[in-house]
Amino acid sequence: MSLIHAFFAIVRRDLLLAFRRRAEAANPLFFFVLVVTLFPLAVGAQPNLLQAMAPGVIWVSALLAALLSLDGLFRSDFEDGSLEQLLLSPHPLSVLVLGKVTSHWLVTGLPLLLVAPLLAVFLGLPEQAMPTLWLTLILATPLLSLIGAIGVALTVGLRRGGMILSLLVLPLYIPVLIFASSAVDRAASGLPVTAQINILLAMLLMALVLTPLPTAAALKMSVN
Amino acid sequence: MNLESFFAMGGYAFYVWTSYGITTAVLLWNLFAPIVLRKQLLRQLTLKQKRTQ
Amino acid sequence: MSFIPAPISRFFHRTASPPHFYALADKLMPWLTALFLLLLIPGLYGGLVMAPADYQQGDSYRIIYIHVPAAWMSLFIYVMMAVMGGIALVWRMKLAEVMLISSAPIGAGFTFVALVTGSLWGKPMWGTWWVWDARLTSELILLFLYLGVTSLYGAIEDKRSAARAVSILALVGVVNIPIIHYSVEWWNTLHQGPTVSKMDKPSIHISMLIPLLLMAVAFKVYYAIAVLQAAKLELIRREPSAQWVKNLLEHKA
Repeated sequence: MSLIHAFFAIVRRDLLLAFRRRAEAANPLFFFVLVVTLFPLAVGAQPNLLQAMAPGVIWVSALLAALLSLDGLFRSDFEDGSLEQLLLSPHPLSVLVLGKVTSHWLVTGLPLLLVAPLLAVFLGLPEQAMPTLWLTLILATPLLSLIGAIGVALTVGLRRGGMILSLLVLPLYIPVLIFASSAVDRAASGLPVTAQINILLAMLLMALVLTPLPTAAALKMSVN
Repeated sequence: MNLESFFAMGGYAFYVWTSYGITTAVLLWNLFAPIVLRKQLLRQLTLKQKRTQ
Repeated sequence: MSFIPAPISRFFHRTASPPHFYALADKLMPWLTALFLLLLIPGLYGGLVMAPADYQQGDSYRIIYIHVPAAWMSLFIYVMMAVMGGIALVWRMKLAEVMLISSAPIGAGFTFVALVTGSLWGKPMWGTWWVWDARLTSELILLFLYLGVTSLYGAIEDKRSAARAVSILALVGVVNIPIIHYSVEWWNTLHQGPTVSKMDKPSIHISMLIPLLLMAVAFKVYYAIAVLQAAKLELIRREPSAQWVKNLLEHKA
């Protein structure tokens, strides 16, 4: 089996598994919507205030939703032993890891795009910011999955890794948060956002190349 | 240079001396905690060795 | 490693073996302590007594003599940890793992000191205890990175695996630090506008600079002392039943 085939086999397998547990796949979405709903309740429903906070609130919630969904990335494979099989395969582990992250993103990251307009309406985000919000979600959610994969791989062997996972991963998410929310913020006031989008794109490309390596190394450590 | 004006730090005594105090405390802790813990550990290991002999 | 001459690699492996290292640390300790005091005392005297008060900030600026060296150390130690992590991952050298783990609390301590002194300096200068200034924010994130390292090491029970995990994390962190730093700086210029940047002066008078440099070097020597002490503890903790520890106990008794 060639490397490309192995990659797509992993993606297909994980998508199939996710499809069998469709109910679970909706959880990050509910979480995303729920967290955003909490903000107007907490700070009051003044339209100006909400509008000013909207990019930040949406992005912090997206970050938390991504964080919450991370745990499922390697957990079940670790428990049923298929992770060991992956390690034994002749293909480089980092490519297989990339396959797993891809399918994970397709299941948990991409659906966030569907509810984003709803949340923008909730918070009164101007319509002109919508395309930018989508664009940042497309560029930055895979980034969150890729960076988060390192943290998951480091903590998958722990019984209670959840808290440590967030401690490890959230500081690394900060640049993504800064550029993504600032892009949406600028778009809302009609300013150009090319710089932010370019930086997000550059970070995504860098993460695609660099993050699978430590993830693979960390998985080897966790399984042994 | 009299001592009183030195300690007064031009009215900023609280900020300056608190900074220096906290720094000293943290640095001393990081230096002496391992020493104390090592002494304890060595004492325990000696006791254990005596028991097994 | 074939490209490293055999005598050199032999020397490294011998020095890196726990009993040798332990003895070496003991031998170095008095020299390092003397050097530390030689740097610290003139540094403090020069900074607190000799250097004139700042024309804008008065005597409050004297916090600089611990704040800035501590901030430098917080970054320096993280980079050192990443270097140790790289060595530990490539050559599986146990001593590198021990040094990495021993450095983490010291680095976290310096980061904490930089934050607290920054805040104590900021109170009279800015009027509040905390400002979302780019450098303070970066320092806060650095503290989180340190805490991540120590809590990950504490959570994994098998210490060999824990050391590998922490090595990977330190390397990932060190790649991210510049990205975090520049993004925070960029974010700061965007949101903050022209804030009080009294803290960064283009030029610093020589009578202020010399104590600052003395303190910076003194803190480096302190790090060497503290990390050796912590490493001695960690070495015994790791292999309490090794022969060299038994010899050590008999020697002491």
